[in-house]
Amino acid sequence: MKALCWYGAEDVRVESVEDPKILNPHDAIIKITRTAICGSDLHLYDGYMPTLEAGDILGHEFMGEVVELGPEVKNLKVGDRVVVPFTIACGKCFFCEQQLWSLCDNTNPNAWIAESIMGYSPSGLYGYTHMTGGYAGGQAQYARVPFANVGPLKIPDGIPDDKVLFLTDIFPTGYMAAENCNIHPGDVIAIWGCGPVGQFAIRSCKMLGAERVIAIDRFPERLRMAEEGGAEVINYEQVDSVLGTLRDMTANRGPDACIDAVGMEASGHSIPFLYDNIKQKMRMSFDRPQVLREVILAVRKGGTVSVPGVYGGFVDKMPMGAFMNKGVTMRTGQTHMMRYMKPLLDRIMKGEIDPSFVISHVLPLEEAPHGYKIFRDKQENCTKVVLDPWAEAKAA
Amino acid sequence: MNNSQNRSTRRNTRAWSRWGALLGGSALAIYGISRRSKSGAALAAAGGVLVYSGSRLNSQPGTIHAESSFTVNVQPEEAYRFWLNFENLPKFMSHLQSVHKIDDRRSEWVARGPMQFRVKWTAEIVDQRENEWIVWRSDPNVAFRNSGSVQFRRAPGNRGTEVTVALQYDVPAGAVGKAFARLFGKDPSQTIYEDLRHFKQLMEAGEIATTVGQSHGRRSKIVRLGHALYPDVRPRPIQTAQGRETLQEARVS
Repeated sequence: MKALCWYGAEDVRVESVEDPKILNPHDAIIKITRTAICGSDLHLYDGYMPTLEAGDILGHEFMGEVVELGPEVKNLKVGDRVVVPFTIACGKCFFCEQQLWSLCDNTNPNAWIAESIMGYSPSGLYGYTHMTGGYAGGQAQYARVPFANVGPLKIPDGIPDDKVLFLTDIFPTGYMAAENCNIHPGDVIAIWGCGPVGQFAIRSCKMLGAERVIAIDRFPERLRMAEEGGAEVINYEQVDSVLGTLRDMTANRGPDACIDAVGMEASGHSIPFLYDNIKQKMRMSFDRPQVLREVILAVRKGGTVSVPGVYGGFVDKMPMGAFMNKGVTMRTGQTHMMRYMKPLLDRIMKGEIDPSFVISHVLPLEEAPHGYKIFRDKQENCTKVVLDPWAEAKAA
Repeated sequence: MNNSQNRSTRRNTRAWSRWGALLGGSALAIYGISRRSKSGAALAAAGGVLVYSGSRLNSQPGTIHAESSFTVNVQPEEAYRFWLNFENLPKFMSHLQSVHKIDDRRSEWVARGPMQFRVKWTAEIVDQRENEWIVWRSDPNVAFRNSGSVQFRRAPGNRGTEVTVALQYDVPAGAVGKAFARLFGKDPSQTIYEDLRHFKQLMEAGEIATTVGQSHGRRSKIVRLGHALYPDVRPRPIQTAQGRETLQEARVS
């Protein structure tokens, strides 16, 4: 089959590799009909996430048709159309029982690596680092889905792939980011980053009853999309200070909750940004925590900081004094996918939201390397790249 | 507490010296090979010696003692029943090839080894209390005299069962003893810890998570070298349907 493989920073290639096989009793093989590039894949593309190996197949947003099942998968049958969540869960451990699916104890075969860095290991993930399992990903024509009795969500016929594909990650991730804000009537929520997760967070905050949503970015097409979702916007390149602007916009109260939908590769122009950037480029640090510092300073006293943005290792110069003295609550985590997939599918079926609004490009899998580049560099007004694994590449 | 701190400090120091030797040696060897010259060959050889010494630290004969605990999200009865059928142990204990029951108390154990080498002994259950503990001991006349125990305690707040395992092996001097000791790696407790993790996965999820045998693109030389040096950290897939059937039987019986 064809698959997108990682070979190093800014070096991803579509190659012919062996088809996936059933390895364990709860495995399924999925023929992929649609897959996508996620913002968190860009951290891999840029080479900032440790424990990736040359030859790894990337991709954790995919859906398709079941073509083969292990002997213990009873709830699916060959031919079912499914969306596969990016976190892998066993369904039986303490954490799965608590609905903390992304903290599953049993799905990361390399838990010892994560334990050495984080103390305890989160669940396995598709197409990500070996620290989180090193499972082959879904930017390919087929994928092996372990613990298929727990994760995949069946999709009824008649609804197009592009409307339900983002149930794999970014819609539930944006939704959980909003839910983590513990929204009350009258709340003002500020969201850093108007990429796909930020866009879904904006719309989810509105669904959950936020009075106002203020979105922060610098790309006009992303800010326009945020406005279409009901947000007021700040272009951080056009204001003196984001903090001051937020203070003005909330009559000095400050946002009740702030969402960091940016993560470890934040941009900026300040001196601290320059310092973080140099440190990260020299591989002295995994993370560039510019936004994380800003959300802590911006949030109102007793407010909540919600972090769907991905971080890989250690950050420094955390405004711990502000965090402690203002009594801030921080809520984080990879998305507990199985909590959200079915309810959000219902919202899509009812027509409350059409997640395909975020797609700017549909490319054949063969052109995935180009897709990574334009998504990373925000060229061609790129907001989200969807890949068709079976389309013929246009002659270049 | 002091004791465990000491142990972990010592473990870290040893781990660092071993990793240092392995990484430094590997880098030297790769650099040496890449120079394709006489001096390069000498460098590569020196690197090879370092890698070898790094990999054999802690593989000395003597006594192997390993102890570890894990919380498993099943009732003590279920964990006890699965363990009491010693034939299940090779499914999650990486140093075992097979265990066959002779009768209710006695069983024949075979440990795996490098190349075609195998170590065999007969063991006997010397103490047990239903749903709480099992203690076993090998025939005292065998070369690899050993004993083991497992304890099951109900965890507070309905959190399942705290399982504690202790193993002890007397390893004779010589090549066979060294080869056997290598099965337990530099830190036998860590090896048993990973075994217990696999026990937990089998009991809770019905299988051991794995990526061995999955699709991938071309692997670079460095990645292949890494996999060759550390094969023990990549869990093997379990015997599929068969393994599962035995697990179900254990639950029913």
